[in-house]
Amino acid sequence: MSTTTRPAQVADTAPSAPAEIVRVRVPQRTFRSELRAIKIVWRRELIRFRSDRIRIATSLVQPLLFLFVLGSGLQGLASAGTHGVELKTFIYPGILCIAVMFTAMFSAASIVWDREFGFLREMMVAPIRRSSIVIGKCLGGATVASFQGVIVICLAGFVHVPYDPLLILGIFGLQMLLAFAITAFGVMIAVRIKQMQSFMGVMQMVVMPMFFISGALFPVAGLPGWLAVLNRLDPLTYAVDPMRRIVFNHLSISPAARQALDPGVSWWGWRVPTLLEAGMIVLLGLAMLSIAIWEFSTTE
Amino acid sequence: MSATTSDGATVPAIAVHDLVKSFGEVRAVRGVQFEVAPGEVFGFLGPNGAGKTTTINMLCTLVTPTSGEARVAGHDVVRERDDVRRNIGLVFQDPTLDGYMTAAQNLQLHAELYGVQSDLVRPRMRQVMEMVGLWDRKDSIVGTFSGGMRRRLEIARGLMHSPRVLFLDEPTIGLDPQTRRSIWTYIRELQEREEITIFMTTHYMDEAEWCDRIAIMDQGQIVALDPPETLKAEVGRDRVTIHTDDNEAAIAALEQRFGIEARIAEGAVAFGVPSGEEFVPRLFAELGMPIRSVSVSRPTLDDVFMSHTGTTIRDAEEDQSKHRNRVMMQMMTGGRR
Repeated sequence: MSTTTRPAQVADTAPSAPAEIVRVRVPQRTFRSELRAIKIVWRRELIRFRSDRIRIATSLVQPLLFLFVLGSGLQGLASAGTHGVELKTFIYPGILCIAVMFTAMFSAASIVWDREFGFLREMMVAPIRRSSIVIGKCLGGATVASFQGVIVICLAGFVHVPYDPLLILGIFGLQMLLAFAITAFGVMIAVRIKQMQSFMGVMQMVVMPMFFISGALFPVAGLPGWLAVLNRLDPLTYAVDPMRRIVFNHLSISPAARQALDPGVSWWGWRVPTLLEAGMIVLLGLAMLSIAIWEFSTTE
Repeated sequence: MSATTSDGATVPAIAVHDLVKSFGEVRAVRGVQFEVAPGEVFGFLGPNGAGKTTTINMLCTLVTPTSGEARVAGHDVVRERDDVRRNIGLVFQDPTLDGYMTAAQNLQLHAELYGVQSDLVRPRMRQVMEMVGLWDRKDSIVGTFSGGMRRRLEIARGLMHSPRVLFLDEPTIGLDPQTRRSIWTYIRELQEREEITIFMTTHYMDEAEWCDRIAIMDQGQIVALDPPETLKAEVGRDRVTIHTDDNEAAIAALEQRFGIEARIAEGAVAFGVPSGEEFVPRLFAELGMPIRSVSVSRPTLDDVFMSHTGTTIRDAEEDQSKHRNRVMMQMMTGGRR
């Protein structure tokens, strides 16, 4: 398949035509044309996000409530167990995850909107692969969610997390992987759902339990047996844990505090390394992306 | 620039053979067959639920036919789906614009999806937007557009990639008469300038007059297919209405002098003749009584539809909605028990 585009065919102007007609030709489908389609679907997500400032603000409200209100409010109760570390600092990595997660899910929800408002059809009838639409959507949602994550990263100073370049780079990378995986997850669900209300319902049923079980708000060691099992099964656990590890690496606190607050996720006593955790998020994201593509290609 | 095969022979813009689509028990399209020549404006006319949209969806590769064959711009709609899609433009019955983006962004996105050469996107965009009179609104958010402007923008977008066949599914539904008229002007102008084939559906009788040929569809089948004039000529008779001082005497005189059977309709004497305009001078000369006023009307497509289906399009739709209401009532009352 050639990737060269044909030159413009400027037709002879008929005497009646006031101006010459710009005729274009739709080329055969190529790898490059698919990339172009992915890019424009991705860009559309950014355009829409930028024009929707209310969404930028509202999706930050809940995480910030958790961080500053819950974090400050429960400080008195928790101070006995935090070895002098502020609760806000402790829950900060988890809050970053939830901020990214909310935005990613909302971005994925736009597929449901697009279906309801008809725009999805415009993309479905274009001479492109369905997978290009899904990939573009996922990358767009991930970008938008990462942007939201960056806002939370900027707030690190308020909860006494130092602005260390390595720390910022580490959590920025991790939250990007998370943003991608969650968007893929959301798109996978959204492809099958026809109405916005149903999607919101599913989201509430999935996102909140994932958040609470993940250990975003508590250390993952010494949990009751049932919760420990659920915690190890929750994918979000493997995003919160490495982020917390990176943050705690840059805090000057006692080893006892470190041990109590950042015990790390372990499987049968084996501490799961950071790279494996990150790898799991990537793999899960790719798996869900594939399912989303497959689902999307089989719907009419 | 008409559609040609590799050996150079002209092929029809659309060729449909025995096309059938069933949704479970319901046979929405029951074996339709027709050809549309390149450059033609072809209309599908029929009440809601006649199978027009299903047919258009099959031609646009959105719905797979149950059986039969259809080729658009020389390509099979099932086996060469991408080739068909590259060559067609679509304007759907329901809006498919992104209301959060500007008009230009919507068109840009379309051009990117279709792989239009980057350096031609801008000039082409300008051309199609000028054609529908929206170039000065290109940077407005589509959400602020009126229904007529959106429809015009959709038509412009459908043309962005210079399709050979443009499908318009009820392009003027829900618009006021003035906007409908202007959209039709655009469509005809477009057809002349771009030498494009236009396939459209409508259930407005008066709009079908704009088409080169019309297929009348009823209950999943084509019941008539010809240019509007031919269809109307088949119905034949013009309708003449006269006002006189004595209607009874006029009816008797018509019977006596011309052998015409007239009747009183809405306070006037009405009758049908093959050619109304030629008949009027004779009427004045030979009727032998004063006539206060006379009017001649040609048969309308309503008459055509009536003669082929035995019902007016409005009645056909009312029957359907009555049926729908009945089914809904049954479901509701059944659900309460």
